Amino acid sequence: MRGWLKFGIGAAALLGIALAATQAVDNEYFFFAGYVVLQFIVLATAWNILGGYAGYVNFGSAAFFGIGAYVAVALFKAFEAPLAAQLAAAMAVTGLMGFAVGALTMRLRGVFFSIATVAIAVICETLVVNWAFVGGARGTAVLQPPAPALFGSYTRMLFVAMALFAVLAVTVARYIETSWIGRGLRALRDSEEAAESLGVPTLNLKLFAATASGALMGLAGAPLALYMNYIEPTSAFSLNYAVSALAMPIVGGTGSWLGPVIGALLLGSTQQIVTVTVSSELNVLVVGLLLVAFVVMAPQGIVGLLRRLAWPRGAK
Amino acid sequence: MPLELLIEAVIAGVLLGCFYAAVSVGLSVVFGLLDVPQIAHPAFLVLGAYGAYLLGTWGVDPLLAGALLTPLFFLGGLGVYRFYHAVFEQRSDAGLRSLAFFFGIAFVVEVALILAFGVDQRMVEAPYIGESLALGELRLPIRMLVAFGVALLLTVTLALYLSRTFTGRAIKAVAQDQTALALMGADPVRIKQWAFGIATGTCALAGALLIIVQPVEPGLGRLYIGRTFCVAVLAGLGSMPGTLAAGVILGVAESVVLTSLGASWAPAVAFGLLLVVLAIRPAGLFGR
Amino acid sequence: MTAALLDVQSVSKRFGGFAALTDVSLGVRTGERLGIIGPNGSGKTTLINCICGALRGHPGTIVFDGHDVTGLAPYQRTRLGIARSFQIPRPFASMSLLENVAVPLEYVAHRVLAPRHAKGWGPLAAADIRAEALAILDQMGLQAGADAPAATLTQVGLRKLELARAMAARPRLLILDEVMAGLSATEVDEVLALLFALSGRGVTILMIEHIMRAIMRFSERVVCLDAGRVMAEGTPAAIAADPMVRRVYLGA
Repeated sequence: MRGWLKFGIGAAALLGIALAATQAVDNEYFFFAGYVVLQFIVLATAWNILGGYAGYVNFGSAAFFGIGAYVAVALFKAFEAPLAAQLAAAMAVTGLMGFAVGALTMRLRGVFFSIATVAIAVICETLVVNWAFVGGARGTAVLQPPAPALFGSYTRMLFVAMALFAVLAVTVARYIETSWIGRGLRALRDSEEAAESLGVPTLNLKLFAATASGALMGLAGAPLALYMNYIEPTSAFSLNYAVSALAMPIVGGTGSWLGPVIGALLLGSTQQIVTVTVSSELNVLVVGLLLVAFVVMAPQGIVGLLRRLAWPRGAK
Repeated sequence: MPLELLIEAVIAGVLLGCFYAAVSVGLSVVFGLLDVPQIAHPAFLVLGAYGAYLLGTWGVDPLLAGALLTPLFFLGGLGVYRFYHAVFEQRSDAGLRSLAFFFGIAFVVEVALILAFGVDQRMVEAPYIGESLALGELRLPIRMLVAFGVALLLTVTLALYLSRTFTGRAIKAVAQDQTALALMGADPVRIKQWAFGIATGTCALAGALLIIVQPVEPGLGRLYIGRTFCVAVLAGLGSMPGTLAAGVILGVAESVVLTSLGASWAPAVAFGLLLVVLAIRPAGLFGR
Repeated sequence: MTAALLDVQSVSKRFGGFAALTDVSLGVRTGERLGIIGPNGSGKTTLINCICGALRGHPGTIVFDGHDVTGLAPYQRTRLGIARSFQIPRPFASMSLLENVAVPLEYVAHRVLAPRHAKGWGPLAAADIRAEALAILDQMGLQAGADAPAATLTQVGLRKLELARAMAARPRLLILDEVMAGLSATEVDEVLALLFALSGRGVTILMIEHIMRAIMRFSERVVCLDAGRVMAEGTPAAIAADPMVRRVYLGA
């Protein structure tokens, strides 16, 4: 209970800072970069719910992210739907996607789920490229609606919204992690056979994690078109999202909700810096190399390393 | 669709399909028999293709280049497996980490190729590329026939190796019962390492075939994840005849879709077929 | 004549061309202590897997406490009251001993058998579970390292953890698959004492073992399997004297 109190205070503080920033900060780039990092916090946290807690590796995060973006755009273009409706629809669709992929493959070995996620990524991109209503391969421009007076611009409002989503995602992750659900997921990750024989409904838990993960990824992607004023398939379904969603939790640490946050902050900021100063390919290479390095040498991630420094005896 | 067009699509599909079998045969061994989730297999294919391209700039015929690079890739495969086994296979959380590892490798290979060669498409030249053979109304590109022939040769040779030689049979055995194999005096780890080396070696020649069949660019590996895994899974993991059959099925399906619906739908065929196979019969055609 | 708690009816199981079980029928009365013996490969673990649901889609029927469980998933059967230990221990390696035992407590005992606990997600329920888990570990002699990761246990410790977890599910039918392999004579006696106590509390126990001393002392009735079929059934004394059993085990 005390843990949740501290957590709640921290979350409220973060939101407060985000709101204050919209009034105090003038530099637009701050909001741009901040949005991107917050978006990665949501994406990485969502990935970790299924990847870190349950052990099912999603290679197709870009699909869930991109579909979230495109569902929102479609609703906006068709009905001028309010942001809340776009978000709800995006989460519903991507949550269903997560459920469907899980239902299809989770009776088989874990690697088949992973391969299916690659398939979903390509199929989704192909579908969108052939969908004329949202502009197909060329994409479509989107005009931001007028912003509420409190925020300076619609962009700043989206920044605060994404901060809210980040808090939401991390709250969901923390709840899952510390509850009986999380223990069941860890059990089935360590030994699915044993977990099942001890009363854990493994398939149901896995489907739940896949659905929650998918829905949150869709949430991360939903505001994209409004944010960029434009959307097109290559960038919406960019491989960078898939790799980052994987690399950030692994670098940060997959065992706890804190890992993806640390990973997103670290890698997200690094990416911004490298892209601007050097090149975007090099940036992506660095992320890939870090992924491999951590997987091999520091599988518990930064959180794990910090834990070992703090408690060298290994307990706790 | 008019009949001649359909027939032409089917024939083209068969040629293409054998090529798909050749690029997937290494994965059938590694994923089917050794149970290693080698997501980076298509990346190694593309690496082989660029190797052939590089040697091609010095005037070397692509098939020859593929053959020359095979021992190099074989040794590389030995090394990769040794590393993989030491780091991953002994642990309990091996699943997540090994998948992430190979994904990371595939990614690093792709970006390294981009940095080295740029994102433009690369091609090779050879006397048999660009020409077509005319059979009545049909036009068969000679490079497809070459790929078809070499692919068939590769697949059949590997199939014979696995069933006729001691090491080959040991490889098939290690998939089924490691302990029994160890008791018979063969070291399961050495055998798996050898198999992984062979599978990686095929990527050199198959990669050469790849660049013969079509221009390559670094991102091609991702598309081939779908094709190679589709073939490997549809085959029934580890079956060589299955790989050939599955390749042809995929090739024909893609060819027919290409002719009827156009190029923008073609990438989804392999993945769609893969999902269907996973839904209906994950053991594949010839699987246990 | 006490009713059958478990009724296995004509169960067969093939793996490809290999018949692991052929037409096996078995009844276990409530409160009974049943032993199952047989040479390696005779189908003992396969039978357990069928009873517990790890293997499904086989010909034959499994009836537990009057319910036809043949199509149920393993976790559903566990919630009805069947628990098992594994021949090769499968601990939750990244979790502590306490957490290992807490999983069946949470998922079976508290959620299904005593749902009022499920409502409480505050410190009270957590403390309850922790206390109960410690008590179970204490019975197995594992309470000393309760907070250490299960990966640090010795082979013997892992087997004890297997038993502890199965007990935590508060089963009515407890199935033990070679739980005493590798234990010293004293440890075997300790575990037997524990199992006798459980049996005294009304738990039906089905034991697969190779350690003859244990099976013969413990079982009220023994079933001998060979090549996937039931080949003999009777009291321990009768089985020990049975010439066919001796031939199957000793080749004489």
